[in-house]
Amino acid sequence: MRDKISSSPVLSVVSKILFAPIIIFGLYVQFHGDYGPGGGFQAGVIVAAAFILYSMIFGLSKGETLVPIMINRYLMCVGVLLYAGVGIVSILLNGMYLDYNVLSSDPSTGQHIGIILVELGVGITVATVMIALYHSFASFGEINE
Amino acid sequence: MNFLLINFFLISLLLVTTFFIFKTTSLISVVALTGAFTLLCSAIYVNLDAVDVAFTEAAVGSGISTILMVMAAAKLPEGKKNKLINLFPSIILAVSISLILIIIIANLPLLGDPNAPIHLHVVPEYLKESKDFFHIPNVVTNILASYRGFDTLGETIVIFTAGLGVIALLTSNTLNRKTNFKKNNKKNER
Repeated sequence: MRDKISSSPVLSVVSKILFAPIIIFGLYVQFHGDYGPGGGFQAGVIVAAAFILYSMIFGLSKGETLVPIMINRYLMCVGVLLYAGVGIVSILLNGMYLDYNVLSSDPSTGQHIGIILVELGVGITVATVMIALYHSFASFGEINE
Repeated sequence: MNFLLINFFLISLLLVTTFFIFKTTSLISVVALTGAFTLLCSAIYVNLDAVDVAFTEAAVGSGISTILMVMAAAKLPEGKKNKLINLFPSIILAVSISLILIIIIANLPLLGDPNAPIHLHVVPEYLKESKDFFHIPNVVTNILASYRGFDTLGETIVIFTAGLGVIALLTSNTLNRKTNFKKNNKKNER
């Protein structure tokens, strides 16, 4: 699993071409979730799929260079903390927990800001947890070096 | 009419897929067929106008979980076939559960009935209020992130905890448990 799964040039070229469009589609789903179907959960999975595709084709070592394990684990926490932090900020602004109305002078804009931040937190957590799951599964049973 | 035809077609495909999941003995084929099953489910959700649910089902159900199941199947020892030893208890269990579900379905409100209890509780308020107040057209996002913000926070924490659990179980650099795992495997082979 640590090495390349396949040396086929077709797979590596196609995955190189697809990598950027998948991430752009993930970002589209993330930030267009207010207007169309989508949101943090789906976007996180789509972005994670791009990185998983990369580690599947080019091997786990290269995938770990692209997304270092420790940074991935920190980002898992950053997503949850971002979500919970929005709630704390709204308490500090004399609102209730996760009450987005107080985030801006206009309640409607405040809701918009709150929803985007919260969805971003969800997206970061879901994407990094999925990458972490893949790496744990793929490296399971290897001898430590 | 078209709606019914498409639904009938998709559900008969689901039945065929289920039959082949039941028939096949190869683990990888079961994983692939389960992926096809969830993809058909998401097509049914699109047909029912539940686009957000369909999107999630396609991304999570047939995308990530299929990949993870393939990884898990690749880690299993080879040469072991999936054998069903005694079918009788599972057949009785399946038949009784389906009978209970069919009895319950008879009491459910009709599909898309505007007078169904779920459409009369808080949904009219959400639909009426959210467009004027939030200026966000997707009511699903409004409910998910704002009206039900606490639930979504809980879901995110559940995903985070699940990730932590898998990391703690499968990777253990400090305890050096991986080496022991290999050693134990070798012992078993002897």
